[in-house]
Amino acid sequence: MKYLDEYRDEKGVRQLVQELHRITTKPWTIMEICGGQTHSIVKYGLDELIPKNLTLVHGPGCPVCVTPLELIDKAVQIASRPEVIFCSFGDMLRVPGSKYDLFAVKARGGDVRIVYSPMDAVKVAEQNPMKQVVFFAVGFETTAPANAMAAYQARERGLDNFSILVSHVLVPPAMEALLSSPDNKVQGFLAAGHVCTVMGFTEYVPIARKYKVPIVVTGFEPLDIIQGILMCVKQLEEGRFEVENQYARSVREKGNVPAQELIRQVFQVVPRRWRGLGEIPQSGLGLRAEFKELDAERRFGLADFSVEEPAECMAGAVLRGVKKPRECAAFGTRCTPERPLGAPMVSSEGACAAYFRYKGVEAKKHG
Amino acid sequence: MDKTKNKIDLTLSCPRPLEPGDRVLLAHGGGGKLMNSLIETVFRPAFSNPILNQNHDSSVMTVNGVRLAFTTDSYVVHPPFFPGGDIGDLAVNGTVNDLSMSGSRPLYLSAGFILEEGFPMESLKRVVQSMSRAAAVAKVQFVTGDTKVVDKGKGDGIFINTAGIGVIEHALTIGPKSVQPGDVLLVNGDLGRHGIAVMAVREGLEFQTTIESDTAPLSTLVQDLLSNGIRAHCLRDLTRGGLASALNEIAESARVTIAIDESQIPVREDVRGACEILGFDPLYVANEGRLVAFVDKDDAERALALMNQNPHGAGSAVIGSVTKETGPLVTMKNRIGVSRIVDMLSGEQLPRIC
Repeated sequence: MKYLDEYRDEKGVRQLVQELHRITTKPWTIMEICGGQTHSIVKYGLDELIPKNLTLVHGPGCPVCVTPLELIDKAVQIASRPEVIFCSFGDMLRVPGSKYDLFAVKARGGDVRIVYSPMDAVKVAEQNPMKQVVFFAVGFETTAPANAMAAYQARERGLDNFSILVSHVLVPPAMEALLSSPDNKVQGFLAAGHVCTVMGFTEYVPIARKYKVPIVVTGFEPLDIIQGILMCVKQLEEGRFEVENQYARSVREKGNVPAQELIRQVFQVVPRRWRGLGEIPQSGLGLRAEFKELDAERRFGLADFSVEEPAECMAGAVLRGVKKPRECAAFGTRCTPERPLGAPMVSSEGACAAYFRYKGVEAKKHG
Repeated sequence: MDKTKNKIDLTLSCPRPLEPGDRVLLAHGGGGKLMNSLIETVFRPAFSNPILNQNHDSSVMTVNGVRLAFTTDSYVVHPPFFPGGDIGDLAVNGTVNDLSMSGSRPLYLSAGFILEEGFPMESLKRVVQSMSRAAAVAKVQFVTGDTKVVDKGKGDGIFINTAGIGVIEHALTIGPKSVQPGDVLLVNGDLGRHGIAVMAVREGLEFQTTIESDTAPLSTLVQDLLSNGIRAHCLRDLTRGGLASALNEIAESARVTIAIDESQIPVREDVRGACEILGFDPLYVANEGRLVAFVDKDDAERALALMNQNPHGAGSAVIGSVTKETGPLVTMKNRIGVSRIVDMLSGEQLPRIC
């Protein structure tokens, strides 16, 4: 397939891998931010191709994984109401709440629908004027413009039966939280290509300078990722800490400006709790005052509802890159994609699920 | 059963069967691990017998010296009409294919209709016409049937159950347990078209595509292989859960390692594109006219030629082999030459967030 096969080319990957082996002289620890990159790394076995002294740690960039338990429970409560049609991206349905996931709500008679675009949820609201239609707006900067557009359009069309349950998160504050943590091991980053397609990469420059870490905006195909790692290691070996753009076929320095304007029009920056990481200041998006009437938490009286995370799951350490999935005692035994203890085992982008699917439980034994 | 259970508990790579939970979930019908758990913990303990425990698409039994194959399947596809076919085609081809997978020649079918009050008569006629046409193509006859109508809101328009009987006219034992190291794997064409065609017209996910379902009867293709003396050890049609789930089930039953090569697996460009957009892996997407054949390695070349000559086998390909008599494991060499595990999904694939 054009624009994909070129980036999955064995010869190209092997050449870059060879170059990576040539330039790597010291052990380095690099974090790929995005769950999509983690998935590619494990799916294509890229971690087996790179030099042994390079460690890849899998970052918090999976929206399914970092959505706090509290929000899942709120979603479950709202979706269980008889007057509600609850619309969500597919992979949120299997994320376990304290008691149930959204699939279980569906099995108990709730009207839970998978949509591919938030605008489809707006359409559902138009078609069902007697129902309350709620869209579960999760994700990073990547999904924010489409979700903002849904809120904007719902207001323009005067749909008073549409609301959104917002759990938007932002990448740069999470990177700062990781870098300022005392157990941080990360020396360089592969920034998430799709987030930067929307936001550009100027906001990463101060982070690279302040923490002296190279940041390489990287794509998602095997060749992208190996090239991103190569660029990052090159900076580390040369003692540089700059922001570089590997994913230039999609990312511009300033990003997608109209999309950013739309985000700013609908959302404002708010503190946000992350599953496994706790609350990070200024790390999320919430609806602006002008859009408050679309806030599902307010509409259904859940604004003050809160839930604590279970201590059993070490998702936090996995999401911070302090531990690998297979270092968890529950991995593959008490925690599997069918009976997940925590979110990273649920999403197809979650680090634990990626290890389970592509490496099997055996990987745990062999370390 | 007890012996197997002990073994399962001791092996890390093979966790004990899942508990089915307190409610039936959609994923219990998805063809993945949850469905297996439902079968193993609810159905098999109640019904277990040697014929059922063949664990194959159709069961083989001997009656007065004649070997017969028997199977049943229910069709609940939504929407009932989709690009390239409808629920009627599926109800015939699916059962014909299940019969064919034991190497039998399908003969007779039954049809059970569960209709929802208010379902358009015109649509019902269309479905029945499709069934009639598909039966003629597959050379089977409907010899008995049943109709029930349920209250509006208690069905989804139309559900169909078909059962079928076929006769076995060869001496082979075709099934997972006959799979041997060295066996070569073939598929009869490109994968994933049916699942994507249905997905494209499903409410909430509509997208424009020209992809049509691959629904087709595979009986003539199987007969072509067997009548030409191909030693087929196992045949499996690749429905729900796709190639990956079928291979995992066979590896599990046969306790072998199966190795496939991603670059040899035919997937059409438009199907690959749709999968990229939805975040799906074509290996897990449903087909309705595709099979995987495990054949003796010395017959592989001839089998490939025979399959390619059949109208339902254009684009057939060798995709891998059985590498070890220890397992169960399915591995795939990807496009950049690294091998990874191909696991079974727990339920249906879900469109990803980003």
